Amino acid sequence: MGNENAVLPERAQSIRYSECSGDGSGIKCESESISGSVSQRACVFCGARVVLNPITDAFHIIHGPIGCASYTWDIRGSLSSDEEGYRNSYSTDLRERDVIFGGQKKLAAAVDEVMAIHSPKVIFIYATCIVGVIGDDIDAVCREAEEKYQIRVIPVKSPGFSGTKKTGYKMACNAIMSLVTPKFLPKKTHGVNILGDFNLAGEMWIIKNYLRRIGVEVVANITGDAKVEDLKKAPAAQLNLVQCAGSMTYLAKQMEEVFSIPFIKVSFFGVTDTSDSLMRIAYAVGDKEVITRAKAFIEEEKNRVIPLLNKYRNNLEGKKAAIYVGGGFKAISLIRQFHEFGMNTVMVGTQTGSKDDYEVIQHLVDEDAVILDDANPAELEAFMKEMGADILVGGVKERPLAYKLGIAFCDHNHERKHPLAGYEGTLNFASEINLSMNSPVWEVIGGMKNV
Amino acid sequence: MLDVTPKEISERSALRINPLKTCQPVGAMYAALGVHNCMPHSHGSQGCCSYHRMFLTRHFKDPAIAASSSFTEGASVFGGGSNLKTAIKNIFDLYEPDIIAVHTTCLSETIGDDLVTYITDAKIPEGKIVVHANTPSYVGSHITGFSSMITGLIHYLSVNTGEKNGKLALFPGFVNPGDMREMKKLMTLMGVKYTMLPDTSGVMDSPMTGEYTMYPKGGTTIDDIKDLGNCELSLALGEITSTPPAESLKNKCKVPFATLPLPIGIELTDQYIMALNRFSKNEVPYIIEEERGQLVDILLDSHKYSQNKTVAIYGDPDTVLALAQFTLEMGMIPKYLVTGTPGKTFEAKANELFEKFGVEGCTAKGNADLFELHQWIKNDSVDLMIGGTHGKYVAKAEDIPLVRAGFPIVDRYVHSYLPLVGYKGAMRLAEMILNALMDRQDRDCADEDMEMIM
Repeated sequence: MGNENAVLPERAQSIRYSECSGDGSGIKCESESISGSVSQRACVFCGARVVLNPITDAFHIIHGPIGCASYTWDIRGSLSSDEEGYRNSYSTDLRERDVIFGGQKKLAAAVDEVMAIHSPKVIFIYATCIVGVIGDDIDAVCREAEEKYQIRVIPVKSPGFSGTKKTGYKMACNAIMSLVTPKFLPKKTHGVNILGDFNLAGEMWIIKNYLRRIGVEVVANITGDAKVEDLKKAPAAQLNLVQCAGSMTYLAKQMEEVFSIPFIKVSFFGVTDTSDSLMRIAYAVGDKEVITRAKAFIEEEKNRVIPLLNKYRNNLEGKKAAIYVGGGFKAISLIRQFHEFGMNTVMVGTQTGSKDDYEVIQHLVDEDAVILDDANPAELEAFMKEMGADILVGGVKERPLAYKLGIAFCDHNHERKHPLAGYEGTLNFASEINLSMNSPVWEVIGGMKNV
Repeated sequence: MLDVTPKEISERSALRINPLKTCQPVGAMYAALGVHNCMPHSHGSQGCCSYHRMFLTRHFKDPAIAASSSFTEGASVFGGGSNLKTAIKNIFDLYEPDIIAVHTTCLSETIGDDLVTYITDAKIPEGKIVVHANTPSYVGSHITGFSSMITGLIHYLSVNTGEKNGKLALFPGFVNPGDMREMKKLMTLMGVKYTMLPDTSGVMDSPMTGEYTMYPKGGTTIDDIKDLGNCELSLALGEITSTPPAESLKNKCKVPFATLPLPIGIELTDQYIMALNRFSKNEVPYIIEEERGQLVDILLDSHKYSQNKTVAIYGDPDTVLALAQFTLEMGMIPKYLVTGTPGKTFEAKANELFEKFGVEGCTAKGNADLFELHQWIKNDSVDLMIGGTHGKYVAKAEDIPLVRAGFPIVDRYVHSYLPLVGYKGAMRLAEMILNALMDRQDRDCADEDMEMIM
């Protein structure tokens, strides 16, 4: 399939060669997917679910037919240092009868049944596509349950059709605000909150450890490895560190407004971003001791890690990378990281990147690089082939596509198997792309004629 | 800490914990992928399509394509007609399938979208086809959806022209491409001309070629689906899954049908071979006799290691029932049989099986979940579990060996390429079951009891 026919006319505005932009029109993004497109995108419910899922001592009841619960059952690789109950799947499994007569009673009964088995501190109730359509008042169910059990029961209205995944992030952020907003603002501490790390493969632990090493106390992790009691302390923090900007900037802005907590955006992917972020945190905290410690820590880590990375550099230098990830912020970090390895990013796309993200991306990549928003497999295939990509970084749906094309792959999404954040994450990342690109399997894909 | 399941069983009527089923659309999508040059289409919100593709990709480790109507607020109020119209145009323009197989979702069903009218009114290019199946997520399970899509394809396409084609119509049930290949191999060896619908072999187990094609070589062709109406007989494998399409082919095209359980293990494979023999009138070739003889030989050699071992089997109804019969043939006791798919047939069939083999203390339950099975096991444990990936937390918590068989398996490789059906499939199953039990014996025995030769 060539490019001309790989791209729907309606999609043309969502694809740019880097050099074409800058004419003021920019890329078309943050819009609904086109009907009939084989989009890699998910929905509002998905956005809400992935943000709240890592709260380990909360119970997550999915109100709707069974599918939404099945598909989001323990798929995200968010690790917990203690409770594991969140890794089970709870739902009302709505049936035809419920759709006709309403599912409100069943939902109330489901809450009772959870309470009979466990003693949750918080229950999140997700309303999926049909809940509003059949007229269930989940606010009422939540209110009654709160009174009855004296715990927080928080509605998360996330019908799939009501926007994009980003709308779901907002719904989740609202739920978190509802959970953490106290009656009276607490006295400020010196600590910070980490927003937008979901502790995939234990990344939150790496970052917390770095902050501890430079003398910054962490008040609340939002939401990786989070516990309800810790989340409630969040308003006392003096600074918010926003990592997954796509999902958490909204929450950071609310917390700024309501709790007067300023925020900075940080990224811990790659040596450069990790070091920059640590310094920016140190300066933002403003403690001299912290700044000194941060400088020393960064120096020490760089000295440790860069020689190790250089060993991979021989294998990686000059290779071409393609990126297709969820958010723009991660894409930006990845481009920088590939640059550190001496690799060139030839194609970059995201599911939910913003105009600002795409502008930064455009400045980071070469003029002939391809930039796509909300791409489909045909487009990914066409452009990866055209640009001669050696490796694709993406998520579960992109992996078999890359392999079928004979292109190496690294999962930078739910299915990452090693932490990819921080200095050791950068080493892991280099090791993974090196492993995938230099596996002996590529030697045999040419078929028997090579024998 | 991974285990939060209490031993004490409390009454549940509203809460589903750790389901053993998923919703209809994913089954419909899988069935549609088994049609050649077909684009499955999900008429609902964006997320449904994305989740189903992800779910199938995780099981098969292969790309699963499908398009979505991408419902918005507007569609949920005014209906999804214009979304579907746009989708049909875009799909034919860009992705160039021969056929689009639309399935509905909970949302499009609840707002009352009328797919028949939408499709009648749609501009469909000359020579192209659009079919649909109603797959409300709040009815049945993914098994129902799989079955409904096959029925939909027959309803739209199959025609009885009055001229018989001498073929057998085979409905394989909700099985892997590896199983479908084995079923086809046996039909070929028995000299049976056939059409199998769906056929996901060559689609969801397609080889690496260095090219990505949206429509790999495999899949039942449209011409063959049309010609199903001229088949002599249809054979529905897996009674719960495959009876509805067989019935619809009978009602529409007067093709008589026979139903059989999934051909897993000795007797059920015998039944399949004999049905093929009755159809083709060909002798059973030596190569099949030989495979059967090898399987029996294996079971004789190893029977002491499987005899009287208790097993819990969970998953899709037809798969669980057929696996249970094979474990009984191995002298095991299928103490718990559980499926998430609702319906009375499962329990009735399971109880017939318990009676036939004269085993006591066995329980079967439909419309159940893994949480409940876990509670049963906590109260009275088993030696082995057989089922999909989701049981691994139970297996770990209770320290029970687990043999992965069924759907979905998202934490292991290769499984979808190899059969569970046929004598070869039974050999593979026997090997997996024996390895699991005997590895456990080696692991757990005292040093002085460690045996070199087993």
